[in-house]
Amino acid sequence: MNHELIPLFVAIPLGSAFIVSLLGKKLRGFADTFSNLATFSLFSLSLLSFLLTKRLGTIVYKVGGWIPPIGICMVLDSLTSFMLVTINLVAFLATIYSISYMEKYTAKWKFYTLFLLMLAGMDGVIVTGDMFNLFVFLEIGAISSYALVAFGVEHEELEASFKYTVMGSIASSFILLGIALLYSYTSSLNMADISRTLAQRGNGQIVFFVSVLFLMGFGLKAALVPFHAWLPDAHPSAPAPISAMLSGVLIKALGVYALARIFFNVLGMTATTSSILMVLGTASMIIGGLLALGQEDIKRLFAYSSISQIGYVVFGIGMGTTFGILAGLFHLFNHATFKSLLFLNSGSIEYATGTRDLRKMGGLTSKMPVTGYSSLVGSLSISGVPPLNGFWSKLLIILAAIEAKHFIFASIAVLVSILTLVYYLKVQRLAFFGELKDSLRGIKEVPLTMKLSMIVLSIICIFGGLLLIPGIQKNFLNLATEVLANGTNYAQTIFGSIK
Amino acid sequence: MIYLMCLILFCVGIYCILVKKNLIKIIIGIGIVEYAVNLFFILVGYRVQGRAPILAKEQVVQNMVDPLPQALVLTAIVIGLAVTALIVAIAMRIYEKYGTFDITKIRRLKG
Repeated sequence: MNHELIPLFVAIPLGSAFIVSLLGKKLRGFADTFSNLATFSLFSLSLLSFLLTKRLGTIVYKVGGWIPPIGICMVLDSLTSFMLVTINLVAFLATIYSISYMEKYTAKWKFYTLFLLMLAGMDGVIVTGDMFNLFVFLEIGAISSYALVAFGVEHEELEASFKYTVMGSIASSFILLGIALLYSYTSSLNMADISRTLAQRGNGQIVFFVSVLFLMGFGLKAALVPFHAWLPDAHPSAPAPISAMLSGVLIKALGVYALARIFFNVLGMTATTSSILMVLGTASMIIGGLLALGQEDIKRLFAYSSISQIGYVVFGIGMGTTFGILAGLFHLFNHATFKSLLFLNSGSIEYATGTRDLRKMGGLTSKMPVTGYSSLVGSLSISGVPPLNGFWSKLLIILAAIEAKHFIFASIAVLVSILTLVYYLKVQRLAFFGELKDSLRGIKEVPLTMKLSMIVLSIICIFGGLLLIPGIQKNFLNLATEVLANGTNYAQTIFGSIK
Repeated sequence: MIYLMCLILFCVGIYCILVKKNLIKIIIGIGIVEYAVNLFFILVGYRVQGRAPILAKEQVVQNMVDPLPQALVLTAIVIGLAVTALIVAIAMRIYEKYGTFDITKIRRLKG
């Protein structure tokens, strides 16, 4: 029973996507209930998987019964279950939110089909243990997101989606080229086997070229500077639950997780790679923060802020020390919660007032209290105000940088955090506090399902700091950190767990 | 030598995506990049004096080329098909909305 659980993470969203596409048009309300059932079951399965890996260690599932390295294997270790819990939590809350929000668009069943396909792609990237399988699931997730960005087919959405598709397919070609070169050097596609072969033969010059190609390809998926140019156009143009999914989990599952898994477990983290990741992470922090200051479109501001926060995550993970990886992963989880909360808030504002321009809003908290207060929680959390969860993860990143003696990087992180507070206070002042404009007198609070998602996410933001209590941290975060800190011992763990 | 030709084809495709102003030419550029990568991948599997990797009855197993890249490239071609179909559909809708295929005129999103 234990290892048959793993392919369910891919089978449930794929199967549900096909069933929704067949029956969603004919039966009213079927698409809503079935998709929400699917994401709820995925969320419960991911919690179950987390308990399983705590009890049993790494679990390996051989697809079709073929033994790796000849066959494809799916791996469930602590990092996998950590990412699965994050992704499926945000996906579940986003589908609940879309029950009401997507009424404003046509063809809701098409939305749910694409959403479940994107979720299948993301879950597949996380559970797979094979390089080419990673590429296939990466493409499934990415192509669905290209279509979802263009979902409301207006001028700007189509333009944003075209730019995103062109840049995304160039990145995928770089990744495929990297996989081809890695296959030519190691004659294997299985991640554990590649890691073992590289340990025996030593890293040749081609491995450095392959790591540069992967950095370019996955860096574009993760929106690292200088590969970030698609994100400020694509994320605002998508419908709000999709913006929450894209910013909250897609750039992490397809980008940061893949980078971390490949650079730590497969290729081996070297000092060069570590410093490249730290420099790119810091550049993302600064550039994302500076460009967010001048934005008037609320979703575009949040998109630039995502670039900045992903810079924090990559900087933390790129440090390579155990403390740094812990800080980076914790910030990844926190960013998933508060950024999706903020995007869902912006969706509520758009649903109620019909505008995304900050200059046209004002005093919304008096009419929309749930949106207003949850947005306050989200903004304070992302700016790093204690005792919300963002404060703890940013503190850990800065402490990890100081411990590793990167003092300049640590001071840049502190300054960017102050910058973050500046532009989020701007959002709060312009949108929520202040005078209610006359054109906005008639607005009402959003429907129940939208309120529910926002309230649940704000509760997680408030209590997220509790994940650092030593009893809980030992079980959740530390186990995930160990998988990455183990580095190339990954190969022995996998081959030891194949039964 | 032949790997160098693959690289040149890749660079031609990248040039096309970067320099051309027509949406359709950019889409063709993406196609050329994908062809170059697929071609490179198949060439990785070539073995000197190898024959096609088909196992027939009563035949002595001799030197064969590597079949795994061939399977992977089939998958990659299908993925390229999906991307091409989607991006051509988006380009058609852009023409309906903007009235032009020229990317210098499709610039509403700035800043």
